[in-house]
Amino acid sequence: MRTMKILLFIALLVPFAAHSGGSDLVLDKAPIDTSDHASLQRGAKSFVEYCLTCHGASFMRYNRHRDIGMNEDDIRSQLIHTGQKTGGLMESAMKKKEAEEWFGVVPPDLSVIARARGADWLYTYLRTFYRDSTTYSGWNNLTFDKVAMPHVLHQLQGQQVLKAEQKSGSTGSAMSNLEIAVPGLMTKAEYDSFVADLVNYMVYLGEPHAAHRKELGTMVILFLIGMLGLTYLLYKEYWRDIH
Amino acid sequence: MSKQKKSLLEWIDERFPLTATWKAHLSEYYAPKNFNFWYYFGSLALLVLVNQLLTGIFLTMNYKPDAGMAFASVEYIMRDVDFGWLIRYMHSTGASMFFVVVYLHMFRGMMYGSYRKPRELLWLIGMAIFFVLMSLAFTGYILPWGQMSYWGAQVIVSMFGAIPFIGDTLSNWILGDFMLSDAALNRFFAYHVVTLPVLIVVLVFVHIIALHEVGSNNPDGIEIKANKDPKTGIPVDGIPFHPYYTVKDIFGVIGFLIVFCGIIFFAPEMGGYFLEDNNFIPANTLQTPDHIAPVWYFTPYYSMLRAVTVNFLWIDAKLWGVILMAAAVVIFCFLPWLDRSPVKSIRYKGPYFKTALTLFVISFFVLGWLGTQAPTPLYTLLAQIFTVIYFAFFLLMPWYSKIDKTKPEPKNVTK
Amino acid sequence: MTDSSDNRKMSGRRRFLLVTTSVAGAVAGVGIATPFVRSMMPSERAKAAGAPVEVDIGKLEPGMLLTVEWRGRVVWVLKRTPEMLQNLEKLNAQLADPDSKREQQPDYAQNPVRSIKPEVLVVEGVCTHLGCSPVYRKDIAPADLGADWLGGFFCPCHGSKFDLAGRVYKAVPAPTNLVVPPHTYLSDSRLLIGSESKESA
Repeated sequence: MRTMKILLFIALLVPFAAHSGGSDLVLDKAPIDTSDHASLQRGAKSFVEYCLTCHGASFMRYNRHRDIGMNEDDIRSQLIHTGQKTGGLMESAMKKKEAEEWFGVVPPDLSVIARARGADWLYTYLRTFYRDSTTYSGWNNLTFDKVAMPHVLHQLQGQQVLKAEQKSGSTGSAMSNLEIAVPGLMTKAEYDSFVADLVNYMVYLGEPHAAHRKELGTMVILFLIGMLGLTYLLYKEYWRDIH
Repeated sequence: MSKQKKSLLEWIDERFPLTATWKAHLSEYYAPKNFNFWYYFGSLALLVLVNQLLTGIFLTMNYKPDAGMAFASVEYIMRDVDFGWLIRYMHSTGASMFFVVVYLHMFRGMMYGSYRKPRELLWLIGMAIFFVLMSLAFTGYILPWGQMSYWGAQVIVSMFGAIPFIGDTLSNWILGDFMLSDAALNRFFAYHVVTLPVLIVVLVFVHIIALHEVGSNNPDGIEIKANKDPKTGIPVDGIPFHPYYTVKDIFGVIGFLIVFCGIIFFAPEMGGYFLEDNNFIPANTLQTPDHIAPVWYFTPYYSMLRAVTVNFLWIDAKLWGVILMAAAVVIFCFLPWLDRSPVKSIRYKGPYFKTALTLFVISFFVLGWLGTQAPTPLYTLLAQIFTVIYFAFFLLMPWYSKIDKTKPEPKNVTK
Repeated sequence: MTDSSDNRKMSGRRRFLLVTTSVAGAVAGVGIATPFVRSMMPSERAKAAGAPVEVDIGKLEPGMLLTVEWRGRVVWVLKRTPEMLQNLEKLNAQLADPDSKREQQPDYAQNPVRSIKPEVLVVEGVCTHLGCSPVYRKDIAPADLGADWLGGFFCPCHGSKFDLAGRVYKAVPAPTNLVVPPHTYLSDSRLLIGSESKESA
């Protein structure tokens, strides 16, 4: 009996120990804090400026950004550049057909990309573009080989190239295999923080209700714990009858 | 009770056996008094079923079973519908928790011999519920029309293609197309929201009727009906289900809800096990994800499917995999006749059975874990070994359960 | 085995626990019902589709009727001529609710002309009888509507009649005046239908 319970317990732990991606690339840890509204707002502005031209976030409504402390006027003046209503969806300005002609693929919708790829992947991906003359766009990426997307942020980050001497194996950050050839407008630290804000925003974008969910959850669990006590007393009270 | 109320009850009782039903199934249904932790899972399964039905109805109000709209309609529910996210997470978490609860419920039956005479039919009805549950899970997982929905379903449906002669025709008939498409999504939706829920509700009803006919088993595996109070005719070890087990089960329900809500509110994806990462990418019929794994509750069987790598006799490996996988599920049905032990409960069974059951549980979990991993030669070998152990538990049972050294059963239930 | 004498007797403690648990259970029940009930309210998409509509009325000529859609309903914007406005008063005796006492309009439109600016009428083109859309009949004394018709809206479904302020005539099937939706002026020529606050444009 006891062995069974122990077995069950161990078995329940297995999945958490075992979750692994499969890729041999080491991803950098993204500094995510979706309660940091200032960071989310910076990320939102960058997202609208750099991502939304090609990608849509078409499950998201502009007015939802009140979640992260923006009011109607902020949203209208800082996020909407297309004359849309605040209740409108964040759709891409680019037509799908044109995009397919330019890039060979339709740029994916980014609404839930953080849930599909994970924050760490996005954080690493956006920092590991490098110059590669063999590809169509002239860019390649260590995290996503032969990606169709060009390095939209290269003016900020600068142009990276592969180091002549490649580190073998998969230890250390993917970034350690790259070096800046042409500097951009930002230092490395500034660019990292810029990408961190952007990824932080995309995590929020993936599940805008997450903060509300956790708040409500805390209340529900506290209530249930109270009820657990009550029902336990009731159960024990009735079971005093049983000998 | 007021006079008016009483007469209303009498009025009903003359026309419908309300009081009699209440008595037969609750206040005068005598259950063994020694139920332990494992006996919560029956009522919890019922709770999860109600949760699935209720949340399912509300999801249906906004979901669109159309290949072009399904993915977006799920995100619409998650974002635009007030509290839609909660209803969706209750349903997706409920699906996984349904299997957790049902697996534990089945394991309880295996520990205490609840499948043995006179409960063989009860066990078989339970197995039927399990089959319907698996179908519900499969059809439901397709609906969000993400990459895993699509490719998971693709894998399952192509298994039917392995059946000789009729395979291709059969899979075309199932899909209503030459590939997985809108036609299949639409009909799987019909199964998921109408056919299968009706079936499972009927089966659960029959399961409970059968249970109350033969009476509940208990951790000692002895029949409480064999020992009745000569005056009242009530089993000496029995207590009325209501109020004693109703209050106990309510306590169990709250305990379960704490875990359930913990997942819903704080880890709805459960680390990618309840909601898989790749399913947040819309289905792309031209691009398979790097790594396909079914949802965790199917992974033990999925492992077995992949474990067969050699052709044998005139049947190829693919078909053997499918046969083996089906057999791994169906074999539970034969338990009542495989077990030859003179005692029912693990408490009085000998070391052979205890070892066998432990190995079985280990193999179930190892196979389950392997099913989530990309196959490597080592993993395939491990899957083969544990598949053998899994089947050995069942196939050798007539032998080891017979020669096992058992302890004598008590006359009365013990605490 | 149960002790029947104990079993039958409801101790104070047991009764107290039973009541407390039931109350907590009722609270939980309401808590569970809330998200389900709320999920059936108009969604964010419906709200966005039903967002206030901005209309430019700068080019609207006197006597002209502009049809606008708001929340799937027809909203009329009618620029009334001075003559039309004068005629309104003459009809009072024939109307069911000439002073707009029933709440079919926001406070700011509860006046003899039922509008913010006297010359501009904003009214839902939905008959208060059974929801048909009446027809704008500005012609005076036509053959089918009688000699005393001074212009108004006529519902072809069941013959209800309204004047040019959307006020209903007596002895027609429609019980009340036409509804004036919430609206406001963003500027002289920009009208916002569906909201009273200039914020939500």
